[in-house]
Amino acid sequence: MGEMEQMKKEAETLKTQIEAARKAANDTDMASAASGVAPAPRVQLKTRKTLKGHLAKIYAMHWSTDNRLMVSASQDGKLLIWDSHSGNKVNAVPLKSSWVMTCAYAPSGNLVASGGLDNMCTVYNLKTPVIKTVKELDAHTGYLSCTRFLSDTEILTASGDTTCALWDLETGKQKTVFLNHVGDCMCLSLSPDMNSFVSGACDSLAKLWDIRDGQCKQTFQGHTSDINAISFFPSGNAIITGSDDCACKMYDLRADQEVICYQDAALNSGVTSLALSLSGRLIFAGYDDFNCNIWDSLKGEKVGVLSGHDNRVSCTGVPPDGMCVCTGSWDSFLKIWN
Amino acid sequence: MSSNSSLTTMKRTVEQLKLEASVERIKVSQAAADLQQYCLQNASKDALLVGVPAGSNPFREPRSCALL
Repeated sequence: MGEMEQMKKEAETLKTQIEAARKAANDTDMASAASGVAPAPRVQLKTRKTLKGHLAKIYAMHWSTDNRLMVSASQDGKLLIWDSHSGNKVNAVPLKSSWVMTCAYAPSGNLVASGGLDNMCTVYNLKTPVIKTVKELDAHTGYLSCTRFLSDTEILTASGDTTCALWDLETGKQKTVFLNHVGDCMCLSLSPDMNSFVSGACDSLAKLWDIRDGQCKQTFQGHTSDINAISFFPSGNAIITGSDDCACKMYDLRADQEVICYQDAALNSGVTSLALSLSGRLIFAGYDDFNCNIWDSLKGEKVGVLSGHDNRVSCTGVPPDGMCVCTGSWDSFLKIWN
Repeated sequence: MSSNSSLTTMKRTVEQLKLEASVERIKVSQAAADLQQYCLQNASKDALLVGVPAGSNPFREPRSCALL
């Protein structure tokens, strides 16, 4: 038998082994296990603020760690920094390229980043008298779909070139490249302990990566189309994904498998974005059908809906203190709900 | 693609699968119990679940009281 044939056979054996091990651990499903848990109350949130200012589709938003400021990105070619309490704009950052797909706020509040079809991640300092570009991170060969700061000196990026990367903001160079996806990377989420992150891609897989050694530790399958959104559960032991296949899924990292699927026969729009409430009990998922559906993460039931946008909900975010949820839309508005 | 690089790619795939196969897995029942416990322990702090009293909602206009 040729070496190639042998390797293929070994790969098949390993895949079968993994499936068998997962099956052996699958002694129940989450919904049955949660039968004793009191149902989440019917969630009825009101729009407290509508943030008007962008002139075109909003593609991304991210909360600052101060629970008050947030950054949004629109294809009108601007990043806007908002004070969510007053609803006022506190800063505007004009972008060199208007084809922006992602934005991020550094935990310190000093920096913001954005990127998109320019294949670059641009980092801006908000604290200088005039907002300055501090770095243009240029090495990806595909669009920038998502970016998140670890600190003022390190940032993670996910790209349409199928890789993710960790960059040193002092040198502007990639420290680590995360290679394993075979489709465009669409989203990433940092673990609460900041030692790992997960990525979702157009190969319909979610992958868990060790930030320091660059290795893919686990791969999660089950979706049948692009994974557009991903988030860690606040305990760090599970992840939630949202896909063009119209479903969200929870994968438990220690059981190494899908444990619950959030879907509804009546829902046939793709999931564009998702965010979790502080306890992890509620999942806010934005869909192409202009709504944001609210799911009970433990029982798998829909417990509410946020209706009010006149176009696709493209981004959602809950601030660290969990006091509200923000939705951003192609209708050019952001809404704050609680 | 030369046969050499297909072989290299295949070897890498096998190595990756070996790594993923070696993960120690816990039972879903235990995973579910831990997730439930986390949700329940943090429920009271979850404003979107339990609600925000109108007076202390930073996103609502404060109702002003005039003391005459």
